[in-house]
Amino acid sequence: MKTGKQSFSYSPAPVIEASGTAGGPFEAAGSMREAFDILFDDLYMGMDSFEKAQQKLFETAASEALRHGDFSGSDMDLLFAGDLTNQMTSTTFAGRTLGIPYVGLFGACSTSMESLALAALTVASGGADRVLCGTSSHNAAMERQFRYPTEYGAQKPPTAQWTASAAGAAVIAAPNGKQGPVVTKATIGRVIDRGIADPFNMGAAMAPAAVDTIDQHFQDFHTTADDYDLILTGDLGRVGRMLALDLFAEKKIDMPEEKLQDAGLMIYSQNQPVNAGASGCGCSAAVTYGHIIKGLESGNLSKVLIAATGALLSPVSYQQGETIPCIAHAVVIEQPKGGGA
Amino acid sequence: MANNKSYYQQLADSRAPKRPFWKNCLHAFWVGGLICTIGQAIQLFFITFFDFNEQTAGDPTLAVLIITSVLLTSLGVYDKLAQFAGAGSAVPVTGFANSMASAAIEHRTEGFVLGVGGNMFKLAGSVIVFGTVAAFIVAIIRMLLVEGGIL
Repeated sequence: MKTGKQSFSYSPAPVIEASGTAGGPFEAAGSMREAFDILFDDLYMGMDSFEKAQQKLFETAASEALRHGDFSGSDMDLLFAGDLTNQMTSTTFAGRTLGIPYVGLFGACSTSMESLALAALTVASGGADRVLCGTSSHNAAMERQFRYPTEYGAQKPPTAQWTASAAGAAVIAAPNGKQGPVVTKATIGRVIDRGIADPFNMGAAMAPAAVDTIDQHFQDFHTTADDYDLILTGDLGRVGRMLALDLFAEKKIDMPEEKLQDAGLMIYSQNQPVNAGASGCGCSAAVTYGHIIKGLESGNLSKVLIAATGALLSPVSYQQGETIPCIAHAVVIEQPKGGGA
Repeated sequence: MANNKSYYQQLADSRAPKRPFWKNCLHAFWVGGLICTIGQAIQLFFITFFDFNEQTAGDPTLAVLIITSVLLTSLGVYDKLAQFAGAGSAVPVTGFANSMASAAIEHRTEGFVLGVGGNMFKLAGSVIVFGTVAAFIVAIIRMLLVEGGIL
């Protein structure tokens, strides 16, 4: 149901019936090991190219999600997914393996919440009984696509972010008495560009998009930060998070610093050389489906607003001197009262 | 004012941690210097123990440095050194070798002809183009000065 200007509230609220995550060796060394169902100890994930490794990551997260719910691919009506590779081959090829009717989505790193919002909308409208949604990213595949060859020696500035090799997927289902966290609201973001052109400072480029969407979400639902246990952005990194707090203060929106957390700052440990934090589609997906869902199920969290941000640039666009347009999509996930473990 | 692009760019600049300029310079200086000193030692080695003189020792010295850089690139060490050393590891011949080896490794999955062959000079090509153009311009200036009797 349309609510306010850019939002919808789901009724009946779809359930996140099962979820699955996968990560690489660098993520295994991070501070969120427990969020991953499967951790590969090799960056190639046993495949012969990084692109295939990214496909493997997504397939693994998807099959873990299916396994947790005791489903097979044929139980899914739709697959809503995407990634950052050219023409989203990793996700498409995974779709070939999974054999589920597929809709490819591109929202850069916002794809995690874009796919969840649309999957929930489809389920809530009765268009499908079960939708598998998710996204993946692979560090080396993305370095090659957006930056330099993996082994090229270029010094990165402290504002740069590290693309996570991770994937997350979830099964979204019509409620019908099912247990699990529910997706209650979503706000679809606008494309925001405040003139940042430095691809090594994505956090600064994406922060205004995150603030714009969260602000609109608060307006559409007449809520404030107090209504949520946690507001998670993904992935602004250290620089972007600080700027987001600046922008909230400027707009006179109350945003307690400890409440605004960033997935890009949670996944790695302090001593890993990731500069300003993590990024990549798979980061916010893995944190949401591996960490936040567990927090909701255990009762540590009861209502979370997740705003995934994406930088909508291409290697050609920034070499042509274009600034970086960004987007953020926000989704509210709640644990229904009395439904906790 | 709040929606003015340049205002946000200023705010973003003020929040961005600065590149540690002097520290980077210092690291670049000593790592670059160390690579050159190693090169000098290799040259002396070839002059002392083999039948080379100062002019001819250059080729085997370069070969050793290039092979070492390619090995370090393949082992995944050179890019980590570069994050620390910056220009110190990029400017010497080892950096040039790294740019070619890393591109070759990266595009190996696309095949040897269009992958490795077609992309090996992806980064190094620019160095060669502008190196040649710069040499051409300097040569013309020198020729004009010599012909004009100034040099």
